[in-house]
Amino acid sequence: MQNADELKRPLKYEREAVMVAGEPAGAAAAAAPVAAAVPAVAAEREFVRFNRLHRTLHACMIVSFLSLAITGLSLKFSYTKWAVVLSRLLGGFQTAGYVHRFAAVIMFSVFITHLVDLYRSKKRGKMSWRALLFGPNTLLPTRQDLHEFIATMKWFLHLGPRPQYGHWTYWEKFDYFAVFWGIFIIGSTGLTLWFPVFFTRFLPGWFINVATIIHSDEALLATGFIFTVHFFNTHLRPEKFPMDTTIFTGRMQLAELKRDKPREYQALVARGELEEHMAEPHPAIVVRTIRAFAWAALAVGFCIVVWIIYAMLFAYR
Amino acid sequence: MSAGYRVRQAPWPGIRRIGWLFLSAFIIFLCPVWAADTPSNADCLACHEDKGLTTKRGAKTVSLYVDAKKFASSIHASLSCTSCHASLEGKELPHETPVAKVNCGTCHSSEAELHAKSLHGKAAARGDVLAPRCLNCHGNHDILPVKDRRSPVYPLNVPVTCGKCHREGTPVQTQRPIEEHNILENYSESIHGEGLLKKGLIVAPNCASCHTPHNILPHTDPNSSIARRNIAKTCTQCHATIEQVHRKVIRGELWEKEANVLPACVDCHQPHKVRKVFYTQGMADADCLRCHTKADLKASDGRPLLVHVAELAGSRHAKVACSQCHSEVNASRVRPCETITKRVDCSSCHAEVAQQFQRSKHGQLLAANDPNAPTCKECHGDHRILGRQNPVSATFATNVPALCARCHREGQKAAVRYTGTQHEIIQHYTESIHGKGLLKSGLTVTATCTNCHTAHGVLPRRDPDSTVNPKNVPATCGKCHHGIQEQFVESIHSATVTKTGQELPVCSDCHSAHSIRRADEDGFKLEIMNKCGRCHAEIAKTYFETYHGKVSRLGYTKTAKCYDCHGAHDIQKVTDPRSHLSRANVVATCRQCHSDATRRFAGYLTHATHHDPKKYPFLFWSFWGMTALLVGTFVVGGVHTLLWLPRAVEMRRELRAEEEAERKLRLPEDNDAKR
Repeated sequence: MQNADELKRPLKYEREAVMVAGEPAGAAAAAAPVAAAVPAVAAEREFVRFNRLHRTLHACMIVSFLSLAITGLSLKFSYTKWAVVLSRLLGGFQTAGYVHRFAAVIMFSVFITHLVDLYRSKKRGKMSWRALLFGPNTLLPTRQDLHEFIATMKWFLHLGPRPQYGHWTYWEKFDYFAVFWGIFIIGSTGLTLWFPVFFTRFLPGWFINVATIIHSDEALLATGFIFTVHFFNTHLRPEKFPMDTTIFTGRMQLAELKRDKPREYQALVARGELEEHMAEPHPAIVVRTIRAFAWAALAVGFCIVVWIIYAMLFAYR
Repeated sequence: MSAGYRVRQAPWPGIRRIGWLFLSAFIIFLCPVWAADTPSNADCLACHEDKGLTTKRGAKTVSLYVDAKKFASSIHASLSCTSCHASLEGKELPHETPVAKVNCGTCHSSEAELHAKSLHGKAAARGDVLAPRCLNCHGNHDILPVKDRRSPVYPLNVPVTCGKCHREGTPVQTQRPIEEHNILENYSESIHGEGLLKKGLIVAPNCASCHTPHNILPHTDPNSSIARRNIAKTCTQCHATIEQVHRKVIRGELWEKEANVLPACVDCHQPHKVRKVFYTQGMADADCLRCHTKADLKASDGRPLLVHVAELAGSRHAKVACSQCHSEVNASRVRPCETITKRVDCSSCHAEVAQQFQRSKHGQLLAANDPNAPTCKECHGDHRILGRQNPVSATFATNVPALCARCHREGQKAAVRYTGTQHEIIQHYTESIHGKGLLKSGLTVTATCTNCHTAHGVLPRRDPDSTVNPKNVPATCGKCHHGIQEQFVESIHSATVTKTGQELPVCSDCHSAHSIRRADEDGFKLEIMNKCGRCHAEIAKTYFETYHGKVSRLGYTKTAKCYDCHGAHDIQKVTDPRSHLSRANVVATCRQCHSDATRRFAGYLTHATHHDPKKYPFLFWSFWGMTALLVGTFVVGGVHTLLWLPRAVEMRRELRAEEEAERKLRLPEDNDAKR
């Protein structure tokens, strides 16, 4: 298996590099020497897109999000047989409740860790807030994103070429801020429901009811969106089918970088920084473990989607 | 007198004249003084003939009118007022009030003495307001001799006079511990009552004949005329030769020697009750057993006629003579029993039970000659009848379910003809809390079939007289669960509180009839919401939309269920101050689980729905706002994805094709390299 992959990879990189180099007239000159160098020097090296912390946070997020989704939705759809069975499988409603709150704590921790990491990376890079927030690799929506969005629409409709995406595409930015929004909305209402007695010291009692609606509907939105649109956008797109493991391994093949984030690739090449971002791939066992985990997460997510659709369409109250 | 004497002694006529003058003057002077000393009847009546004369006694206004005519025709007509109202003797008029009570005992001392020792007298001494005094029976100013037909104590009138207090429903009958009931009714139907009231025989015994007029004592008092020891003597006042009549049943001399062992008259001839003559002529058991101890004795239809003497001797009827049950025997025949035409009729003695039975479903079936109908014998046996206190008896508490199961077990004759909703009755009962209590824990006080359905008055549920008719269920359950019944009858579900045409729930609607579970079992706790929801459909639905409802759906029992907030048996309208959810109580109710709950916390909407914009606008708009956001996001995300999909497929195909082309290109190179 490994041997077969090894045989295949240099071949593909080479071809990709040639293809990309051959396409845009301007970029060809810059890309050509690198393309020639890569297969020779680092044929098996991969581009590092996410560091260890990012991957860990994403994995923690998956675990906590799935736990929250399963336990929470079993309560939301308590009128289905499924929910009752699931709740019993989880060790009863009470245990499900503990799991839900524990997972919520993990989710909050992930969120806070990310914010702390942002601050520390700013310090480490000796960046100003401005550079962090409005730099080339910013996660904030920019005018470029709007252009790319319009260009993408045109491409969808065969009205133009595929846009040259950068480090973060607009849908990735959307997903990123969806988490912010979700943490804020679901987290705050969740805390209200967790400590109703405390919150009703300064909020009216009916706010608990409102919080319930917001919490559960926003959760429905989050799970529904993640398990369909996000899964498709970043994992299940036909050209990446069956799975894009970049977020799990942190590595992506250079060819993929060239194809999916050509603007970033070209910028790196232009600055001569590409080599800094290349690393050895993970050992096969690690990749296999990661794939197993990712598959499990995907499977759970799909089950939940099926369950939600069933509950909404056939058993809605 | 002394003046007169002196006058007679006076020698001069002048002086005598003066003496007469003095005497006249003295008499004239004294007359008013005499009148003041002892008021004459006319003096009393001067005021008391006024019909408007009244006085206040406590809160009551009492007439002080005395009918002079009635008094004149009374037995006391010859007496002066002060003879009875002795305290007024020598008092000036108008006299002070209140006047001391009349003491009849001044003249009627022996009667007064008896009365004082009697039940009535003792009650009066205790200050019992219901206790009768002389005048309550005899009247006061219009008192008549006993022999006067108008007298309330004339034999014909005695039952009416006693009945004033001892009728059904009077305070005496309901508030004082009197075991006998329907006394007057039963008496009037008894042979004594019939004789007195219908046939007008004043020699027929009335109440006073047995109870005595003044020395009325409870039958538990050994001195009472109706005490077990004395009853024979009381009866024999009239039934002088009764010993001979009973010769064959009871050996006469035993009656006096061992009165405690032998049945007293009332054991067979119940006091006040309808009675029949059981036997035209007495028969000794020995006469019967001459034949009926033979093992091969058979009836014409083949039934064995052997009587197991030992069985009979050990039964409740050990002291009942054969002929008492097997009536119509004729002792003068060679075979006394050949005159018997009817089956044994238990109602001869057990009249009341028999009446219940006739009214019951079992009795109705029997009357209709239904072959499935049970008779007394079916449950109680025949010669081996044992009391229900006897553990061996089929009617002993722990044996009752098995007894009823003989017919009511699924597939048996009663269960087969039953068309109602209750099935597997015996099975369910056995698994119920009552069944477990009775059969597993052996608690004989646990409810068995008969505790709810009665033993003899079993009626189907729809019969309004049935103990299991919804109307009567609370009272039936309340026989044991009295405290619960007390709460329930005050609650909104009680028919006494809520007047409605709709059916109100009773115990069995929530607890079921035969499969009653412990209320602290999880199964019961989770089931109850659906029970409430049968009537309160809308409110149950909205409950299930809230957190409490959802978690209980998932099988969590520690969350608030209907009765945790509303109360179980003491449910009141939420607006009722007694309700657990009234303004004063609601925070305490929440605190049962949420120990720090505040009033604002109690503002949580426990039955909220987001489908009602008028009642819950906040929830309605939150929900639709969230739904709009959800739908909007999915539409945008979905369209984006769907548009992308064909392009992505295209891309994949292109990539694959190029990959394939590349490989083909590389293959010859590889071959070259290998060479």
